[in-house]
Amino acid sequence: MATTYRTCPVSGLQFEDQAEKLMRWNAVAGVLWLLVGGITALLVILTRWPAIKLLPADQFYLILTAHGVDMLILWIIFFEMAVLYFASSTLLRCRLAAPKVAWAAFWLMVVGSIMTNVAIFQGESSVMFTSYVPMQAAPHFYLGIILFAVGALIGCGIFFGTLVIAKREKTYSGSIPLVTFGALTAAIIATFTILAGAGILLPTLLWSVGIIKEIDAQLYRMVWWGLGHSSQQINVSAHVAIWYLIAAVVFGAKPLSEKVSRFAFLLYILFLQLASAHHLLSDPGMSAEWKVLNTSYFMYFAVMASMIHGFTVPGAVEAAQRRKGYTNGLFEWLRKAPWGNPVFSGMFISLVSFGFLGGISGVVLGTEQINMLMHNTFYVPGHFHTTVVTGTTLAFMAITYLLVPVLFRREMILPKLCQIQPYLFGISMSVLGLVMMGAGTLGVSRRHWDMAFSGAPFQYEWPGAAYLMMGLTGIFGVIAVIGGGLWILLVVGSLLFGKKLDGGKVSDKPTPLPANTQAASAVAHGHDHVPVPGTVVLALLLFVCFVLYYFVNWKYLSEVWLLS
Amino acid sequence: MSAILPPSERLWWKQPIDKVEWAWIAIAFVWGMVMFAMMIYWHIYGKQNLSNEAYKTTPEMFAAKAEKFIAENTIRTEKGLNGEDIPVAKVPAGGAGYLIARLWAWYPILELEKGQTYKIHLSSLDYNHGFSLQPVNINIQVIPGYEHVVKMTPTKEGTYAIVCNEYCGIGHHSMLGRIYVK
Repeated sequence: MATTYRTCPVSGLQFEDQAEKLMRWNAVAGVLWLLVGGITALLVILTRWPAIKLLPADQFYLILTAHGVDMLILWIIFFEMAVLYFASSTLLRCRLAAPKVAWAAFWLMVVGSIMTNVAIFQGESSVMFTSYVPMQAAPHFYLGIILFAVGALIGCGIFFGTLVIAKREKTYSGSIPLVTFGALTAAIIATFTILAGAGILLPTLLWSVGIIKEIDAQLYRMVWWGLGHSSQQINVSAHVAIWYLIAAVVFGAKPLSEKVSRFAFLLYILFLQLASAHHLLSDPGMSAEWKVLNTSYFMYFAVMASMIHGFTVPGAVEAAQRRKGYTNGLFEWLRKAPWGNPVFSGMFISLVSFGFLGGISGVVLGTEQINMLMHNTFYVPGHFHTTVVTGTTLAFMAITYLLVPVLFRREMILPKLCQIQPYLFGISMSVLGLVMMGAGTLGVSRRHWDMAFSGAPFQYEWPGAAYLMMGLTGIFGVIAVIGGGLWILLVVGSLLFGKKLDGGKVSDKPTPLPANTQAASAVAHGHDHVPVPGTVVLALLLFVCFVLYYFVNWKYLSEVWLLS
Repeated sequence: MSAILPPSERLWWKQPIDKVEWAWIAIAFVWGMVMFAMMIYWHIYGKQNLSNEAYKTTPEMFAAKAEKFIAENTIRTEKGLNGEDIPVAKVPAGGAGYLIARLWAWYPILELEKGQTYKIHLSSLDYNHGFSLQPVNINIQVIPGYEHVVKMTPTKEGTYAIVCNEYCGIGHHSMLGRIYVK
């Protein structure tokens, strides 16, 4: 099939015509769902803020269901499709496999996403993102998710196919780049995830139309989390790949060791899916042995992988900076980093927040016995707002500052606001995560309309600190929504009104990488070894926080009622 | 050897790994093992391990068992919002108690004694519910079709609330139960 290739004059990246259009459409679809997700986020926040309590209960649960689905599935997976096409077609300088099929996948995802949202907003499907049976949604709620997932699965297939074509047509030599390897990890996990999702959502769809009589509630939870949690591991792989990508583009950083970084991605494939077991730690249907096994060996190898990336990503940045001469003291490399460049600041806040807040809280939450202190409390959304939001979403936002000029050929408008946005969003969302975890530690429930329990036969008064935490949740939630809204405004504004940029040379054949561009400059480094003492200090700081917080929670646990 | 280019060393897997990286990998690995050991340690020496005892059941079977328990152990009643009677069942010391989760109530009120160990049978008659004992902060998933026998020993006297913390529909927020510890 005839196609053309455009070489971006700024970055040297090469975009195949079909792949470029698909990336744009998928990214834009993602941003539109982020907009819906952001509006629903504001409504959720303003309802959980005890002083405001905006929505009535039925609308609150409806909006909360929409927020979960639109953010956790639709925004992220649409954007990830763009990332997959970028990591395959663009980085390997290769045509996209079966672009027509890729378009069919895209439209399937569009139809599915709209269908599920229609079901939610019709009001008969306020079952939350998790849709635990036997609570039943309208059939098209499940059908929409299934169509969307089939589309995403096809998208993964296109990615795999493109890798095969690149190999066969020899558009690169040696091994695929690390970022592509990370995307490959994401696509493999996505395939597993979507199959697990089909395994539970197909029967649930049949049950919702009355063909299947009953679905075991515990079995549903187990298989559903094979979808629900693993889909978050797609995000981890994707955003770690983006961290490496940003480090490479902004600093010309090379991985400290290809072997270590790739091995860490491999650990994700081998172990992360099984981490879904940690949603079932306080369930009746599984034995303690099953819980310990699934949350230790299987999860801790994945934790080890994240700790490795947490070291090698800043390590690569530090090494690149030191090569440029920022060698004074432990942290000159970091002080002299381009903090005014939103691509970098977004990526670095994402890295720190994901490691210190999301990562540590996730492991503690996923410890068999400690889980009882936090299961279904506000701690849980606190945790995942510092993984999926400050981790994944912020990384996606950061890379977009790069993609708007390169992929959409538009200059970002309002550069001053672009500089501020990652800080506004990243910091407020991190604090939001922290105060949510604080409220959860005090016992406050997630997915709960009224802390005052109106209409209950008894009274229970939460401690004052819990109300304080929920008030802070409201304040920082609103700031975070403003930060996210600003990003949407800047991106959409730039796409519409940004200065048009030169698209660069168009050719009907792929061209090799030119030598004098940012992306290419990294090749020039030899494999000289640069020590990274600053990163060692940061990593040890993370480790100390991790250990202290872990044992503090055992102390909390030892103080509750005896349970054995 | 940039992350967005093929590794410049074709045999990248033969490149040596730096000592510092090895050390960090070792720390991460050992820490994982410590966390694994901690869970086992707590099973042996800790006092807070969620019970493994669970049975398949049906809403009818569980409701029948719970009603029998309530009939035999009710010591008084309290008035609900609409003037209905809510039984207070005193669980025999060291014995079994039943707690029903349903839309949108925990039933009945349980009365326990400090320092006694009880086996509390938990199940739901309809949707998933969440047993969230406050202000102690113990949280257990309650799933229809499964009877979970949770061992618990109250350590302090007082009036405790059972919040439902698994979303169960429009009246979720009003699903508040009570446990007395004398």
